[in-house]
Amino acid sequence: MVLEQLPIVIPALNVGFIQTLKLFLVTLLGAVPLGLLICLGSMSRFRVLKSIVRFFVWIIRGSPLMIQLLIIYYFPGLVWHNPIWGGGETGRFSAAAAAFIINYACYFSEIYRGGIQSIPVGQEEAGLVLGMKKSQIFFKVKLLQMIKAIVPPMSNEIITLVKDTSLSRIIALQEIIWAGQAFMKGSQGISGAIWPLFFTAVYYLICNGILTLLLSKLEKRLSFFQ
Amino acid sequence: MHILEVENVCKSFGTTRILKNISFSMDKGETLSIIGSSGSGKTTLLRCLNFLEHPDQGRILVNGNAIFDASENRKKTDAEIRKDRLHFGLVFQSFNLFPQYTALQNVMLAMELLARERSDYKADKKRIHQEIEEHAVSLLADMGLSDRMQNYPHQLSGGQCQRVAIARALALEPDILCFDEPTSALDPELTGEVLRVIRSLAEKDTTMIIVTHEMAFARDVADTVIFMDDGAILEQGDPQKVFSNPSEERTRQFLTRFRDQSV
Ligand SMILES: Nc1ncnc2c1ncn2[C@@H]1O[C@H](COP(=O)(O)OP(=O)(O)OP(=O)(O)O)[C@@H](O)[C@H]1O
Ligand SMILES: [Mg+2]
Repeated sequence: MVLEQLPIVIPALNVGFIQTLKLFLVTLLGAVPLGLLICLGSMSRFRVLKSIVRFFVWIIRGSPLMIQLLIIYYFPGLVWHNPIWGGGETGRFSAAAAAFIINYACYFSEIYRGGIQSIPVGQEEAGLVLGMKKSQIFFKVKLLQMIKAIVPPMSNEIITLVKDTSLSRIIALQEIIWAGQAFMKGSQGISGAIWPLFFTAVYYLICNGILTLLLSKLEKRLSFFQ
Repeated sequence: MHILEVENVCKSFGTTRILKNISFSMDKGETLSIIGSSGSGKTTLLRCLNFLEHPDQGRILVNGNAIFDASENRKKTDAEIRKDRLHFGLVFQSFNLFPQYTALQNVMLAMELLARERSDYKADKKRIHQEIEEHAVSLLADMGLSDRMQNYPHQLSGGQCQRVAIARALALEPDILCFDEPTSALDPELTGEVLRVIRSLAEKDTTMIIVTHEMAFARDVADTVIFMDDGAILEQGDPQKVFSNPSEERTRQFLTRFRDQSV
């Protein structure tokens, strides 16, 4: 049975997985720089800005991503009567990407802040006393130490992000969980099959296996100093 | 002319007065040590000299030129401060080496960054780099670290780290080298190697200000000793005199307490 279904199921899952990967990559590309902006805001000298940014981060980190997805997708249409995302898969993808980028940028910003604050003030002072410019101290002294400090927690978040993309199923984004579930309800002549849904786990495992390998390689490359 | 004159330097944090009318001067080649109980403002004074803190009042003159004058209204630009602080070097209690660089790279980094500002840098890059490396190598050799140049700070002992830090501070050839309790973070068996290095610098007439709790060392090495108490200089003069026959009761108490502790 399963063997007969395989040639139909696998291509469908592949299509779903491409959507999953797309969401993952777009989120990463957006959240890494946006997180830096939020981080700078949360450490700003302007108290008001700092408070607003920290409050926003607190809300985003304190509430479920699934709710954020639903609000971002449905709110404009239902409340403003202005469905900014448009219809169809493209609209759902845009909404999901926006929700994921905002959510993950907030998590990243806190990791960056931890990384920046983990550098002892003595590093900056040593640089200053040696006549370095602030920019030189940042790029030549602190940056690599910060990167080293944030790689392990960032790795965790990135692995979590791969799995979290499945939450976009809630707004019917046609990612891999959606693709697997289709064969339960009935699709391409197959119905009531639960194994495709279970089988999606293999995709996540392989993807995260590769990522874990790459990230631990990066971590190793930075282990020449302490 | 004095190489350094400090005139009436005052510094408060909030409403607490940390430095009260600090005035002293020193000559080229002189070794000055500063002693005093914890919290008396020794570190704050060194930080003022190195522009890590800004005094509220007073003047600091190097070779007769005021590099700091609190009565001047104009705020200095970062570039001016950067130039002025090169008169001083500072060796920290906790070394503050850059962990991602080897001992050699730690010593070379600031020299290389400064060299980039030279007008002949572009044309002579290779030669300049080579000179810097040779200079750093010879400094580390002077510190007895020829076989440790390629090691990262975490691969070095505390005493070795501090000697790298001294070489790093010497690299820019400051007029006055300041030490803030250079051996306080070290195990007792490692203090000797660092003190030996500082002693050899004194013999080569390096102008130094050494804040230390090593009383015997201060007495032997210093040309002048300053005793600070509660943010003020209580006594200064020849170490033999200050240590064996202090004129202030507070100094006497401090030295007695120290003698009792070290026995
Ligand atoms: N940035 C700061 N803000 C507020 N108070 C400070 C600051 N730096 C130092 N102080 C206070 O100034 C006083 C003098 O400190 P300082 O570090 O100069 O003393 P010290 O003589 O170096 O002491 P120790 O022997 O313990 O190193 C202390 O009471 C300290 O708490
Ligand atoms: Mg101190």
